[in-house]
Amino acid sequence: MTTLSHTDSLSQGQRWLRALTEKLSGRSLAETGRQLLLPTIGIALFLGFWHLAAPQVQTSLGAFPGPAQVLEQTGQLWQEHSNQRDRAAQFVTMQEQRNERILAENPDAEVKIRDYPGAPTFIDQIFTSLGTVLAGFVLATIIAVPLGIIIGLNRHFSAAVNPLIQIFKPVSPLAWLPLVTMVVSATYVSDDPMFEKSFLTSMITVTLCSLWPTLINTSVGVSAVNPDLLNVSKVLRLSFWTHVRKVVLPSSVPMIFTGLRVSLGIAWMVLIAAEMLAQSPGLGKFVWDEFQNGSSESLSRIMVAVLAIGFIGFLLDRIMLVIQKKVAWNE
Amino acid sequence: MSKSHLELTNVQMAFDTKDGPFVALENVDLKIRKGEFLSLIGHSGCGKSTVLNIVAGLLQATRGGCVLDGHEVNTPGPERAVVFQNHSLMPWLTVYENVELAVQQVFKKSMSKKERREWILHNLKLVNMDHALDKRLGEISGGMAQRVGIARALAMKPSVLLMDEPFGALDALTRAHLQDSLMKIQQDLNSTVIMITHDVDEAVLLSDRIVMMTNGPAATIGEELHIDLPRPRNRVTLADHPEYVRYRQAVLSFLYEKQRFPGKEENEQEKQTADAEVPVQEDNSPEVVNKSEESPVRRIA
Repeated sequence: MTTLSHTDSLSQGQRWLRALTEKLSGRSLAETGRQLLLPTIGIALFLGFWHLAAPQVQTSLGAFPGPAQVLEQTGQLWQEHSNQRDRAAQFVTMQEQRNERILAENPDAEVKIRDYPGAPTFIDQIFTSLGTVLAGFVLATIIAVPLGIIIGLNRHFSAAVNPLIQIFKPVSPLAWLPLVTMVVSATYVSDDPMFEKSFLTSMITVTLCSLWPTLINTSVGVSAVNPDLLNVSKVLRLSFWTHVRKVVLPSSVPMIFTGLRVSLGIAWMVLIAAEMLAQSPGLGKFVWDEFQNGSSESLSRIMVAVLAIGFIGFLLDRIMLVIQKKVAWNE
Repeated sequence: MSKSHLELTNVQMAFDTKDGPFVALENVDLKIRKGEFLSLIGHSGCGKSTVLNIVAGLLQATRGGCVLDGHEVNTPGPERAVVFQNHSLMPWLTVYENVELAVQQVFKKSMSKKERREWILHNLKLVNMDHALDKRLGEISGGMAQRVGIARALAMKPSVLLMDEPFGALDALTRAHLQDSLMKIQQDLNSTVIMITHDVDEAVLLSDRIVMMTNGPAATIGEELHIDLPRPRNRVTLADHPEYVRYRQAVLSFLYEKQRFPGKEENEQEKQTADAEVPVQEDNSPEVVNKSEESPVRRIA
C-alpha cells in the first residue's frame, strides 16, 4: 500500500484480503462464532442424545425412531408427495385428451375436468392446516381487537367483562371441541356448503382459544394511552371515531401486536389438537391417521410431523415479527 | 383597557380523596385582556396547573367559573389550545402530520386542502421547524418537539394559548431560543397567553403580568406584578436594567421569603427547600443565555 502504481486488480485483491482479515479477526469473528457456534453445539448434542436414546425405547411398533429414520421418512414423504403430484397431473392430462376427442366428434358436447381423487399428502395437509389456522386467527383478531378497544375505553364495560375473560381464558381446546362440533352440525345446515363442517369446527375452536391474548393486550394497550395525548384529543374535540382511529389505535399497536403473536402461537398449538379430535384434514389428522395406521414407519412419520409443526410455528412467529416491525411505530 | 377577554371568577377547586375533599384552589379571581401575556408562578403543588386546566376545560371548577369572550368554559376546545410540558406529540405521526391532525380537525370546513397545507407549513415555519416535516418524534430533539407542540397549538388559531411549563424540560440554551421565538410570535400575532413557569427570569422576560400564587392547600392569588418593560425585549440588555432587576427581586422575594415555609409537615418543608435551590441555577442562566445571543444564526429572527 506504499506506492500508488498498483494495478486495480491488485488493490482490489488487497481490499478483499483486508475485508477478509477484518472479518476473521477479533471481535467480529468472536461475535459470529458465538452466534453460530453455541446453537450448533446445542443441536448437535440434542441429535446425538436422540440418536443414542431412541433405540432404547421399545414400543409395540418397534424402537423409537432416531434422527436417521426421521430423515429417511422426510424424504419418503416428499417422494410420495411428488409422485402424487405427477399422478394428479397425469389424471388431468388424460381427461383433457379425452375431452378433446369428445369435442372433435361432437363440438356441442359438455365436458368437464374432475379433480384428482387421491388422498392428500403430508405437504397437502400442511397447507390445509395453515389455511385453517389463518382463518381461525383472522376471525379471532376480528373479534378480539374491536372488543379489546371497547373494554380498554370503557371502565364499566371492562369491569363487567373481566370475570368472563378470566374464566374462559384457561379453557382447553379439547373441552370446547365437542360443544363446537355439536353446535356447528346443528346450525350449519346447507345443501351446498361452502366450508366443510370439520373445517368450521377446528377453525372456531382455534378462534375460541386464541382470541384471549389479543383481547387482553388490546384492552391494556388502549387503557394505557398517554393521558397527555388524551388531553390533546379532548382539546381538539376529536369525534369518537377519529379519536379511536387517530389516537387510541396507533398508540396501542405495539401492545396489540404482542398479543397477536401470542395468539398466533396458541392458535397453531390448538389447531393440531382440534384437527386430531375433529378429524378435519390437516397435520393433526395426519398424526392421528399414522397413529391408527400403526405400521413400523408410523412413529418416524409422526416425528416428521412434530418437527414440521415446530418449524412452522417458529416461522409463523417470525412472520408476525416482521409485520410488527413494518407496522408498529416504536420498532 | 377594554373589557376583559378571559375572566375567572371566585374559582374553587376541590378534589375528592380518601380523607374527604381536598381544596386545591380557593377564591381565584383573574381578568385577562386580549393580547396579554400572563405568567402563573408559584411553588410546586400550588395549583397553577389546576388553574390552567380549568381554563382549558379539562377540569371543572367546583365553584365559580371561567368565561371566555362572554361564553362559559365547560369543555375543552381548540380555541383554548394547550402546549403541554412534554410536547405530547403523537409519536407515530411525522412533524407535519402532528400539526395536520389539529388543522384538519379545526379547519375541516373553512379551509381548502391547499389552504390547510399552506397553513400547516406557515405555522411550522413560524417555529423554524419547516426543515423536518417528515421526521418522527424519535428523530428530533426535545426542543424541536416542543417547537412542533407550539406550532400545533398556534395552528388552531386559539383565542387563548395555554402553556403548562412549556420549556421546563429543556436545557437552558434551547429554552432561551424558544423564549425568544415565543416572544416574537406572541408580539406578531398579538395572542393572549397564559403560561405556567417555575423560572423567574422567564416570567419577567416574557410577561405583561406575573400572577404569583400562594402555597396550597386552598391556594389563591397572592400578588400580581405588572411588568412595564418596553417591547421588543432583549434578554442581554435587560439583564442589567434596573427595572428588570427590581421585578425579578419582587418575584423572588414573594417565592422565597413570603411563601417559603407554608406546610406544617416536615416533608413539605423539604420540598420547598428543594425548590429554593432553583434560583441559584437561574442566577447563572443569563450568562449562559448570552452565549446564545452571540450566535444569531440559531435564533429565530
